[in-house]
Amino acid sequence: MIIGNGREIVVAGQSCMADTSGALYLAGSRTLIVSDLHLEKGSSFARRGMLIPPYDTVATLMHLKRVITHFEPTRVIALGDSFHDRQAAERLSEHNRETIEELQDKREWIWVTGNHDPAAPYGLAGEVCDEIRIGALVLRHEPQAGASLGEIAGHLHPVARVVTARGSLRRRCFVSDGTRCILPAFGAYAGGLNLRDEAFGALFPDAPPTAHVLGRDRIYSVGQDSCFAD
Amino acid sequence: MSNATTSSLPTRFADWFAARGWSVRDHQLALLQHAEAGENALLIAPTGAGKTLAGFLPSLIELSQKKTNAPEGPGLHTLYISPLKALAVDVARNLEIPAAEMNLRLRIETRTGDTSASKRQRQRRDPPQILLTTPEQLALLLSSPDAAPLFATLRRVVLDELHALVTSKRGDLLALGLAHLRTLAPAMTITGLSATVRDPDELRRWIVAHPGKAKLVMAPPGAPADLAMLDTRERLPWSGHGGAHAVREVYERIKSATTTLIFVNTRAQAEAIFQQLWRINDDNLAIALHHGSLDASQRRRVEEAMAQGKLQAVVCTSTLDLGIDWGAVDLVINMGAPKGASRLAQRIGRANHRLDEPSRALLVPSNRFEVLECVAAIEAAREGAQDTPPARAGALDVLCQHILGMAGAAPFDADSLYAEVRSAEPYVALARATFDDALSFVATGGYALKTYERFAKIKRNNDGLWRVTNGKIAQSYRMNVGTIVEADMLKVRLVQGRAAAKRDGAAPTYTGPLRRGGRVLGEIEEYFLETLAPGDTFLFGGEILKLQGIVEDEALVSRARSSEPKVPSYAGGKFPLSTYLAERVRKILSSRAAWTHLPEQVQDWLALQSKRSRVPRAGELLVETFPRGERHYMVAYPFEGRLAHQTLGMLLTRRMERMGLKPLGFVANEYALAVWMLADVGARVQQHPSSLEDLFAQDMLGDDLEEWLRESALMKRSFRQCAVISGLIERRFPGKQKSGKQVTISTDLVYNVLHRHQPDHILLRAARDDAATGLLDLSRLATMLARVRGHIVHKPLERVSPLAVPILLEIGREPVYGQAQDEILAEAAAMLIEEAGA
Repeated sequence: MIIGNGREIVVAGQSCMADTSGALYLAGSRTLIVSDLHLEKGSSFARRGMLIPPYDTVATLMHLKRVITHFEPTRVIALGDSFHDRQAAERLSEHNRETIEELQDKREWIWVTGNHDPAAPYGLAGEVCDEIRIGALVLRHEPQAGASLGEIAGHLHPVARVVTARGSLRRRCFVSDGTRCILPAFGAYAGGLNLRDEAFGALFPDAPPTAHVLGRDRIYSVGQDSCFAD
Repeated sequence: MSNATTSSLPTRFADWFAARGWSVRDHQLALLQHAEAGENALLIAPTGAGKTLAGFLPSLIELSQKKTNAPEGPGLHTLYISPLKALAVDVARNLEIPAAEMNLRLRIETRTGDTSASKRQRQRRDPPQILLTTPEQLALLLSSPDAAPLFATLRRVVLDELHALVTSKRGDLLALGLAHLRTLAPAMTITGLSATVRDPDELRRWIVAHPGKAKLVMAPPGAPADLAMLDTRERLPWSGHGGAHAVREVYERIKSATTTLIFVNTRAQAEAIFQQLWRINDDNLAIALHHGSLDASQRRRVEEAMAQGKLQAVVCTSTLDLGIDWGAVDLVINMGAPKGASRLAQRIGRANHRLDEPSRALLVPSNRFEVLECVAAIEAAREGAQDTPPARAGALDVLCQHILGMAGAAPFDADSLYAEVRSAEPYVALARATFDDALSFVATGGYALKTYERFAKIKRNNDGLWRVTNGKIAQSYRMNVGTIVEADMLKVRLVQGRAAAKRDGAAPTYTGPLRRGGRVLGEIEEYFLETLAPGDTFLFGGEILKLQGIVEDEALVSRARSSEPKVPSYAGGKFPLSTYLAERVRKILSSRAAWTHLPEQVQDWLALQSKRSRVPRAGELLVETFPRGERHYMVAYPFEGRLAHQTLGMLLTRRMERMGLKPLGFVANEYALAVWMLADVGARVQQHPSSLEDLFAQDMLGDDLEEWLRESALMKRSFRQCAVISGLIERRFPGKQKSGKQVTISTDLVYNVLHRHQPDHILLRAARDDAATGLLDLSRLATMLARVRGHIVHKPLERVSPLAVPILLEIGREPVYGQAQDEILAEAAAMLIEEAGA
């Protein structure tokens, strides 16, 4: 995958870069936003008897490291559900903990709270807040129906199923109508919710949004007419 | 079959035979003798030979002589295992008749997924003497702590339709279960019942502990079948699999027979043929439809009507390959490719279940290539040649499931379990290291990163024995037992059409919640629906339906008024053309003398081919190249089945890409592979003759394969199956998974992560083994590449050859492979740009 070959989208008049990695980059404030990392989801399942491979955290962090190395942001915002459950941060391996500390080094780091991780992560640096404003943008985990202007959120893990005469495929995507933007999930084990789900309908009641779909080396902007339910 | 032999039966049995006017058959007596000698045996018999009675006779006699003076019930004596629960139920019913008529006072019971929980519990405590069940139920019984006392009294096991069981993962599961049964009940013997197979020795070894061989009993073959191929009056199509051209002639045959079974290869074909038959059904014949997607109660109704002789014909898929005997069937029609000689023999055997009368069967090829396949299959059937699949190595995911089940029953010692597993034929070659990997997978996931010790499912205690760590583990095993992972199915529910949403005359499509609550018509594979968009029409249950939308696990449909459904892509059925039939087809092609047995239309076609290009000889691979339109085509004729050709196409186009040939796509069928490209491939090969050998070099199964597999959707599908069977993730139950907090994870995501971080993990190995023998048919591809080495014949042509026409006609009908997936996105994005510009 090529990182940095993103596409500019405009949200509430602010220019944002939707990157092929699934991160949103605000060049003006050198801020990198990633949502729904769901770290330690593997071990969260293991606790309940499903021993799925424990490599998701390392995979997600490696991915994040490549993105941070590329953009060299001065501020990183993890937009909620950074950890899959409340004890997830305690289960981080020493190695993964060190990777996070390395990534946090010499830059501002903000953990926005999410429904999976409503409190500060155990033993990790970084500011914790529910919501943050950057210019005309307001960043929070869960999108709110109604007041939408400038909202940057995650939570829903949008994916688009794109169908053409050649076939169909399902990929993660950014969803935006120019007033707000929903980020795709960044975590290796984070599943997806089809953007034809009614949860999205409630957020974009007036006009159908555009799906900015993550391709291998660029972002493809696709109209809702090409997107189908699962 | 004289009275002298009948008199060797106990009087009660001899009288019963006599009263029915029957005489006991030689193979029935032979099985009896083996049972009395305490020997395992395999009976190979055609349908109608009294196979089931032969299997049970030793048990009935032994039970009739047993004085039941045991105070707490006589215990389980005989276990019968069938691949179909309907068959188990039917056999139980049939067994009641002799038991009652001879006043044997036996308890005969079935145990299937439909048996109530209370009855199942009672059966464990107070078992019947004869229990009829399925491989999955046996695995469940063996995983219960009561297994040891329950099976201690077991004397005999009867395995029905063994040929159908052994070549699947269900067979692996059963083999492991039987290995454990031999430990629990050392005095037990096994009788296997099978249709004719290619190599009976494989089954003889399979039945017993390694290294042994069951005794073989062969029943005399039935009367030779009366076999014919339809020599159609119509024009034979070049391609396609529908068989529509022959429907009128098929209808005439149905009319002149009493009861006809019409076999087709896919559900879509069954629907189409059924529809076409009814369109011309002026005599109002009772013609029914039967396939795996129809609602179970609807299928049951068809089966019952059939048993009562109320139907004149049933259009069906492989769902009726096995099953209950219907005496009245006097004609079997096989539409489309027979695929394999043994499969055809099985289907033919469904007619006239009486040994002394020939079965009548008609083969109806749906295109010219299928004519060759039908001729080859008829020759093979006349010779009695068999091509049942070869014995398989036991699957690793099934082993993992078994290990967990064993831990649920009782603490086990790893060395003893390893020895027991290796006594089962499919696992004879299992290395200790692999067994240990499976054990470690069951315990903690088997990861190099050892972080799950504290979540272990099974643990080794100080006494050296492995046991489950908590009761929930055993419960979850019971929920997930079995090796059949259904494709994700969606219910098809009939709702009111929404005519209101019309805009500019466009077809109404789903725009919001639909009213639910209509009738459920059946189930349909999710991947089939993925090819449809709301508003598309398709055939299901004999009706043309319009997809309104998909809500949770249901496809909501309405009745469509259109008369032409969108033709779904031909999924080809599950079974590829067998290696054996493929070889025979190549032989027919290469011998001019053999052509005289072919219909005239086909003879003309081949003669034209030999004039314009070349007819492939038996040992060679013919590769034609020609320009057409703006493109250059390469068509190869390996005759190795669609799956192997698809894999070949994937790998070939990668190589062509590197050679600068700019391939655009390819299409594969059972016989040939066509690739189209921008560069002039014919000229290239003529300049560098070695490039053709390079293109088909065996080393494509090295790095190219690995690279492709990493991203292959087929590998991901195999992985999902292995993940479910091994117990890594829990089964999804239709309708249930939405309730409560959903705990699911996409196995595609798990695959991606695992492949990158532990590529040699046991589940990836299992998935790869599956893909190699199944969806990718790698083993067959490898054999083919070795076979054609030095025998590739290039024929540069000015234009398309007669032999290439069928495959080229499939372009547009079959999914086309080879383009980068991202092009789909690019196309959709372009549409958005157009829309914005307009």
